[in-house]
Amino acid sequence: MENKIQKRIELKASAARVWRALTDSREFGEWFRVKFDGPFVVGEPARGNITWPGYEHLRFEAVIQKMESERYFSFTWHPYAIDPAVDYSQETPTLVEFQLEITAGGVLLTVTESGFDKIPADRRLEAFRMNDGGWAQQIGNIEAYVAQNP
Amino acid sequence: MSRRIPDSGIRGRRPARQPAHAHLFAALGDETRLALVGKLASGEPHSIAQLTSGTTRARGRKLTRQAITKHLRVLEKAGMVHSVRAGRENLFHFNPESLRTMDEYLVFVSRQWDGALARLKAFVEE
Repeated sequence: MENKIQKRIELKASAARVWRALTDSREFGEWFRVKFDGPFVVGEPARGNITWPGYEHLRFEAVIQKMESERYFSFTWHPYAIDPAVDYSQETPTLVEFQLEITAGGVLLTVTESGFDKIPADRRLEAFRMNDGGWAQQIGNIEAYVAQNP
Repeated sequence: MSRRIPDSGIRGRRPARQPAHAHLFAALGDETRLALVGKLASGEPHSIAQLTSGTTRARGRKLTRQAITKHLRVLEKAGMVHSVRAGRENLFHFNPESLRTMDEYLVFVSRQWDGALARLKAFVEE
């Protein structure tokens, strides 16, 4: 059963630079919008506070799975598991994988998130139950989507 | 069941099967409508009056009843809400099925990744 999201993006930067942006928790948090409590350690949970405006009261948690220097990085998490009243620990997490390939211009990064088939149907709706302020964050993405898919 | 959302957005590639979702995202491509869906998605039906008093724009500006009604019609047309006559007013209900399918969920998560990776690109290339 295949149920996954896969993205590829060309980055005009060295593998060392991209690797640091992915695996240094402070740098990862810059673009992912999380302030982590500490560094990423294989096999350990990585926890932090979400820094999206309006979501600062929410915690982020992932478990670092693998780090193969400048080649492969992965973690598991419960996507958008942000309701403090729900215990997500019994649910199967999804797996997020980052693969780096060196190209002439820099790095081709492939991101794969898999395991969505294990997410209960009711949980999928949760993303839409976020408060009003949070939704405003999505508009840019959705507008871009609509522009590309008239 | 074998479903997969292909690469999208970032490199300008046009994903094969996303146009089917376009009406839904167009309906959601507005801050006020997102707010209305957020409210109705709690499961409680709301009257136009309730939705008007509880919905503000960015910067706190209030919306008129007419504006809210117009946005609700767009959502209704997209199949996201439906209204039921209750006495002298209409109560608007959310249609969870419109967003419940795995495809829609994956498209939503997929959008999140597009945003995150665009920020990563800006971050490492600066």
